[in-house]
Amino acid sequence: MALSSIDIREHQGELEALVRDILAEAERQGASAAEVSASQDAGLGVTVRKGDLEKVEYNQDRGFGITVHAGSSKGSASTSDSRAAAIRETVAKAMDIARHTRDDPCNGLADAELMPGVIPDLDLFHQAPLDPGLAEETARSCEAAGLAFDPRIVNSDGAEVNTLQACRVYGNSHGFVGGHAATRYGTSCVLIAEDENGMQRDYWYTTAREREALEEPERVGLRAAERTVARLSPGKVPTGTYPVLFSAQMAGTLAGHLIGAISGGALYRKASFLLDSLGTQVASGHVSLFEQPLLPKGIGSVGFDADGVATREKAFVEGGVVQSYALSTYSSRRLGMTTTGNAGGVHNLTLAGKTLTFEALLKEMGRGLYVTELMGQGVNAVSGDYSRGASGFWVENGEIGRPVHELTIAANLKDVYRNIVAVGDDLDVRGNVRAPSVLVEAMTVAGDSG
Amino acid sequence: MNERVAGAARVLLEPAELDLSGAETRLGALSGGAIDMGEVYFQHRRTESWALEDGIVKEGSFSLDRGLGVRAVSGEKSGFAYVEDITRTGLESAVDAARSIARTGGDGRARLARPVAAEPRYASVDPIPTLSAENKVALLERVDNAARRVDNRVEQVTVRLVADHDTMLVMATDGTLCADVRPLVRMDVSVIVMQDGRRERGYAGGGGRRNLGIFTHEWGDELAREAVRTALVNLEAGDAPAGPMTVVLGPGWPGVLLHEAVGHGLEGDFNRKGSSAFAGRIGEQVASPACTVVDDGTLRDRRGSLTVDDEGTPTGETVLIENGVLKGYLQDKLNARLMGAAPTGNGRRQSYAHLPMPRMTNTFMRPGAYDPGEVIASCDKGVFAANFGGGQVDITSGRFTFSATEAYLIEKGRVTRPIRGATLIGNGPEVMTRVSMVGNDLKLDDGVGTCGKDGQTVPVGVGLPTLRVDELTVGGTGA
Repeated sequence: MALSSIDIREHQGELEALVRDILAEAERQGASAAEVSASQDAGLGVTVRKGDLEKVEYNQDRGFGITVHAGSSKGSASTSDSRAAAIRETVAKAMDIARHTRDDPCNGLADAELMPGVIPDLDLFHQAPLDPGLAEETARSCEAAGLAFDPRIVNSDGAEVNTLQACRVYGNSHGFVGGHAATRYGTSCVLIAEDENGMQRDYWYTTAREREALEEPERVGLRAAERTVARLSPGKVPTGTYPVLFSAQMAGTLAGHLIGAISGGALYRKASFLLDSLGTQVASGHVSLFEQPLLPKGIGSVGFDADGVATREKAFVEGGVVQSYALSTYSSRRLGMTTTGNAGGVHNLTLAGKTLTFEALLKEMGRGLYVTELMGQGVNAVSGDYSRGASGFWVENGEIGRPVHELTIAANLKDVYRNIVAVGDDLDVRGNVRAPSVLVEAMTVAGDSG
Repeated sequence: MNERVAGAARVLLEPAELDLSGAETRLGALSGGAIDMGEVYFQHRRTESWALEDGIVKEGSFSLDRGLGVRAVSGEKSGFAYVEDITRTGLESAVDAARSIARTGGDGRARLARPVAAEPRYASVDPIPTLSAENKVALLERVDNAARRVDNRVEQVTVRLVADHDTMLVMATDGTLCADVRPLVRMDVSVIVMQDGRRERGYAGGGGRRNLGIFTHEWGDELAREAVRTALVNLEAGDAPAGPMTVVLGPGWPGVLLHEAVGHGLEGDFNRKGSSAFAGRIGEQVASPACTVVDDGTLRDRRGSLTVDDEGTPTGETVLIENGVLKGYLQDKLNARLMGAAPTGNGRRQSYAHLPMPRMTNTFMRPGAYDPGEVIASCDKGVFAANFGGGQVDITSGRFTFSATEAYLIEKGRVTRPIRGATLIGNGPEVMTRVSMVGNDLKLDDGVGTCGKDGQTVPVGVGLPTLRVDELTVGGTGA
């Protein structure tokens, strides 16, 4: 496996040809329309634990999926096998399913004029060799920096270095075929600290399209160590109602619940706590939520969505008011609206608001809970009821104090967004959902009975 | 060579013009030198699913995944490579990549592989064609109808039917040669009800390692009724209390408590590395004497069961906690060897593209002496949690959460009014010492559990008798 020299871009033409072949096969088998997505990945993950190499994992994936439309009904099939016989069988399987599903007039391809004329170059591919030796050295220096930080760092779950090259191609029977090749690099570290009150773990990671844009490995190890040690000997908080400050790393989940509630699938199924919210105030007047799908080097950047529809920059929430839902072709037809280029989700979503420095945010809060970890799935998307496990720090007089844990925070999300006081100047740009720290005026914190 | 191995070889190897002895020869490159064990895992998996909403079946999909994964283990190190097709050259290149971990090429010969004898825990059926497409569509429409007939407040019904047919063959340099054919089916019913502008969701599901014939009209109707019932309960729910209190867990799916509070923390990898709150505590009292917790992969036809695990080890019944005393861990081959223990049949992987690790199968608590009514009656003020969604655990600190989807207040020994779903949080080793009463009504879940660990998901089961925990933090919004 000569992975060190792999350049996935060389396969893009092949994948495009494969997509065209599959579309032709679908037409031959009688589909009135079809859409195909194909992908190929190659990657390497290397883990070092307590100074020793622990895992070397190579991955190579290739596969395609097809949806055929037979009038107003449809069927889908996918496989990892792209030989001619497998293509025929997979298309036949999708056709067979389409013969049994019922007609739905909202089915069908997106309108042809919505496809991008030219696929934008988003600068997503930055080749670097998949070198296991270099990855091992990087992981080792990352973990070593963390282990050396404090004698209470007694154990490690390892440092991991990842490299991935991916190529995605989508095409449909309008004649549109488009693709992207992208790279992604990452370094992460998980450490364990112990004192007389037990063990705690925490982590840090960095990820980027370019290897050069990653945080230094030693820095990742150190941040993991600082975060882990800070959690030792946690206490509890008396049950009550307090201001809650979500760290930038956790606040992305709030952005996620908000975009979920104004997404087409939840809306047409009436499975959202923000039904009929277009044009209404759902958050504090200073809060906005927007996406930038065409951001160069962005982790979520893409020129077209899962329906082949050109993506564009847009605000979902501005001034706390819903400006746009997030819609796919199908969900937009269900709602009698137009697709927003969000089939398959959002791309580089950012939550913003009245911005203070993190220190000013703490002062504004005065006394309350700073949440740095959330646990569990206690979010009811239909009612907006929210109740999740939380850990973090107790803030007193605007200063971060003792670590606290085994708490829950609860409220209804409708109130949470309306009660956002301000946000921090510490936007976390590592993921597809980007958020700063977020201060919420009040939530119920369940801790001890005190 | 046993029949199961021969059958799997026909599906997995023959299309690639490979045979068992050819595969074994290549396995030889993973033996000798610094390599303790080499392993090749072949898999062919077909999945079909159908989905209904708005009263009609409008989506169906089929997927075929076929590939092989090669692992070389040297001490604590694992080298791993996979290819998403089964070919001779793919096998050779994956072997080369995986063995690079050992730095010195093994060029020994694999010992002649011997088939593993294991009693089958389910029939080797392909469940996908056990109902015709017409009958699958008709089944979903019937369930939709049944749900809508229960109550006119039902606004939305979604039903999903999934059938999975998984064929695996694993061979390893320790002599393992083993194959398994694994059927898995499930049906999920989700409803939204509305009254006076308030909407709530309800859910029910079931399944197992069976064919689709288990989804009789009666079971379909029962799932529909149950989904609507839970939604209607939630329509009446008031605010849940906040703070520590007595919690009574109902039988069945609330066994997710054990999965989170105990099970993960007893997986061998975490204990070998000393990263679990339970590490080094074998023989200690870690739970109240009322608690005996087991993991059992042998239960007939259950979702969490396996005839053999993904390393070819027959599954078994592993006692984790007996009368409150920590007895054992869940082991795969690598961690068992490093800890000087025996594998317990818990080495599992999501697919050929993932490394195996210790995972649960069906995890449950043995029944106790109390009538469930007595357990409720013993409680002056508290919460009765009848059903849950998912949970999560931090095995290092022992913190875990699980989120109730159907819960009630208990007042003066009686279940009174429903309360909104709330997350419960506690510390595994502490909470287990606060179990004061165990009911005589052990029930296993209906077959819909999925467990995630290190990015890999596998099907699991849980079970619980009615249980009283003297104190657990309830995360509501009320007083």
